[in-house]
Amino acid sequence: MERDKHFILGIFDDEDILLNAVKEVRATGIRIHEVFSPYPVHGLDEELGYKRSSLPIAAFLFGVLGTTLALTMQFYMMKFDWPMIIGGKDHAAFPDFIPVTFELTVLLAAFGMVGVFMISSNLKPWGQPRIYDLRSTDDKHVMAIDIATNASVDLEKIKDALKTSGATEVNSKSFD
Amino acid sequence: MAQVKNYNLDQKFDFTDAVKKVIFILGGIGVLLLVLGILAAALGGDHAEEGGHAFHWTQRLFANLWINNVYFTGIAIIGVFFFAIQYAAQAGWSTALLRIMLSFGYWLPIAAVLMLVTFFIANHDLFHWTHSYVFDKTSAEYDRIIDGKGSFFYWPMEKGTFPIFYIVRMVLFFGFWVFFFNKLKSLSYEEDLQGGTSYWYTIRKWSAIFLVFFAVSSSISAWDWVMSIDTHWFSTLFGWYVFASWFVAGLSAITLVTVFLKDQGYLEMVNQNHIHDLGKFVFAFSIFWTYIWFSQFLLIYYANIPEESVYFIERLSSDVYGPYIFVNIVLNFVLPFLVLMTRDAKRHNIFLKLVCTLIILGHWIDFFLMVQPGTLGHNGGVGLMELGMLLVYGSAFAFVALSNLSKHNLIAKNHPMLEESYHHHI
Repeated sequence: MERDKHFILGIFDDEDILLNAVKEVRATGIRIHEVFSPYPVHGLDEELGYKRSSLPIAAFLFGVLGTTLALTMQFYMMKFDWPMIIGGKDHAAFPDFIPVTFELTVLLAAFGMVGVFMISSNLKPWGQPRIYDLRSTDDKHVMAIDIATNASVDLEKIKDALKTSGATEVNSKSFD
Repeated sequence: MAQVKNYNLDQKFDFTDAVKKVIFILGGIGVLLLVLGILAAALGGDHAEEGGHAFHWTQRLFANLWINNVYFTGIAIIGVFFFAIQYAAQAGWSTALLRIMLSFGYWLPIAAVLMLVTFFIANHDLFHWTHSYVFDKTSAEYDRIIDGKGSFFYWPMEKGTFPIFYIVRMVLFFGFWVFFFNKLKSLSYEEDLQGGTSYWYTIRKWSAIFLVFFAVSSSISAWDWVMSIDTHWFSTLFGWYVFASWFVAGLSAITLVTVFLKDQGYLEMVNQNHIHDLGKFVFAFSIFWTYIWFSQFLLIYYANIPEESVYFIERLSSDVYGPYIFVNIVLNFVLPFLVLMTRDAKRHNIFLKLVCTLIILGHWIDFFLMVQPGTLGHNGGVGLMELGMLLVYGSAFAFVALSNLSKHNLIAKNHPMLEESYHHHI
C-alpha cells in the first residue's frame, strides 16, 4: 500500500479527550500522521512529540537580510549614487539610517516568516491543501492515521484504539 | 488555594548567615573602595580650574550619592509598580513571584531619607538652580532662562530662597509611594491569614489608584531629580526615559532574585515557564528603553538646535563620558537583544544571571551618564569611588530586600489565582 494516500480518521468533540487520545494512541505503538483542529490546542505539539518549530530561525535570518539590505541601500544611495547634504550632516550619517533599517528588518522578518510558514504548511498559492474532514474547520478535531506507515498494525486494532480513546466517529479517507 | 497540595506554601526564605556574609563582604569591599577613592581624590588635592572655580572631591562624592539614590529608588518603586501591574492586569502567572516584587519596596523609606539628606547637604554641588545669584538681576551670574523656570522649584516663595515646591514634591512622592506600598503589602499579608477573594479586589483597587499616581509622579520625579541638573536643557521624553531605565533595572533585579531563590531550592512551584516570562519582560523592555533612548537622541541630533544638542555634545564629545555612551548601548541593548533572543536562553538560569547582572550595571551607567556630566563636567568618570558607592548601595539594598523577604511567606498562599500560576505553561 502506498504511503500518504489512505487514512483512518478519528473525529473528536473535545480537546481534553483529544489530548488524552493522542497519548493513548501513541502508547499503543500506532503512529499518528497529523491532527487537525479548528483552533490551537495547548500542549498538542508536546503530546504528538513534535520538535519545536524552526520558524524563529527563518525569522531571524530574514531579519538579518532586512538589516543588511537596508544599510547597504542607504549607504549606496547616500554615499555613492546621489550624495546629498541633509541638515548639515555627513553624506553617510549612520543615525539617520536607523529608522529605515528598523522598518526593513521588521518588514522582511515578518514577510519572510509568513512566507516560510505558508510554504511549509502547504498553503502556497499553487498548492492543493488536502481536506481530511471539512468539520475540522468548524467544531471537530480530526486525528489522521496513515494506514501505510502502520502496516504492521491490524486495521481493526487502529479503529478500536480510536474508539476506546474517545473518538465519536471513525472514518476512512483516501486521496488519489 | 487548597487544591495546590504538593508544595509547601508556608515556606519562608531563610536569610542565612552565609548569604548575609556574602552581602557584608560585598558591602565591605564597597566601603573599602569608597574610602580609597575618597583618599585618592582628597590627597590628590583641590586643583583650581581655569576660571578660578575649584573642584572639590566632595562634589564627586555627592554626585555618586545622587546617582545611587535615584537608581535604587527606581528599582524599589518598580518592585511596587510591577506588583500593582499584576493586579491591574489581573495576571495569574506571576502569583508565585509577588512577594519578591513586594520586598523591593522596603527600600523606599530609606531611599526617602537618603535623598532628602543628600539634597540638603549637596544642593549647590548638584543643582545649578539652587544658587540664589542666578535669580538676582543685578548679579553678573544672572540667568534669564533659569529665572524663567524658577517658579517650578521655589513657588510660592521668592526665587533663590528655599526650594519649597521642589521639596514638597519630593516628600509628597515618597510619602504616597510609601503609603501605597504599605497598603498593598499589608493587604497581601492579611490575605495570607484570612483568605477569600475580597483582598484581591481591594488590592486591585489600590493598585489602580497607585498606577495613576505613579504615572504622573514618576515623570515629574525624573524632571526634578535628574533633568533639573542640566537646568537649561529639557526633553519632553525624559520622564519615560528615566522610567524605562528604572523598569528594565527593576525587572532584571526581580529576575535575579527569583533565579537566586530557585538556586537555593526555594519557590518549587516556579518553573522554567515563569522564568521564561521574566526573561521576555527583560528582553522586551530592554528594547523599549533603547527605543526611548534613540527617539530622544535622533530628534536632537537631527534638528541640531544648539540649546538641545548641548546635552549630547557634553557627553559624546567628552573624553570622560564618550566611551560610556557606547558601553551603555552595548550593555543595555546589544547584549540583551542578542543573548536573550532565543527561547532557550530565556529558559536557562545561567544566561539570565549573566544578562541581568550586566543590565543592572548598564543602567547604573545610564544614570551615571545622566548625572555626572552636568554636575562634575570633566572631573567625573568611573573610578574607585563610583564602584565603591555602587557596591555599598547595592549590598544595602539587597540586605533590606532579602531580610524583609524572609519575614513572611514566600508565596501569597491564599491568592485566588495561585492555581493558575501553578499550572503556568507556555
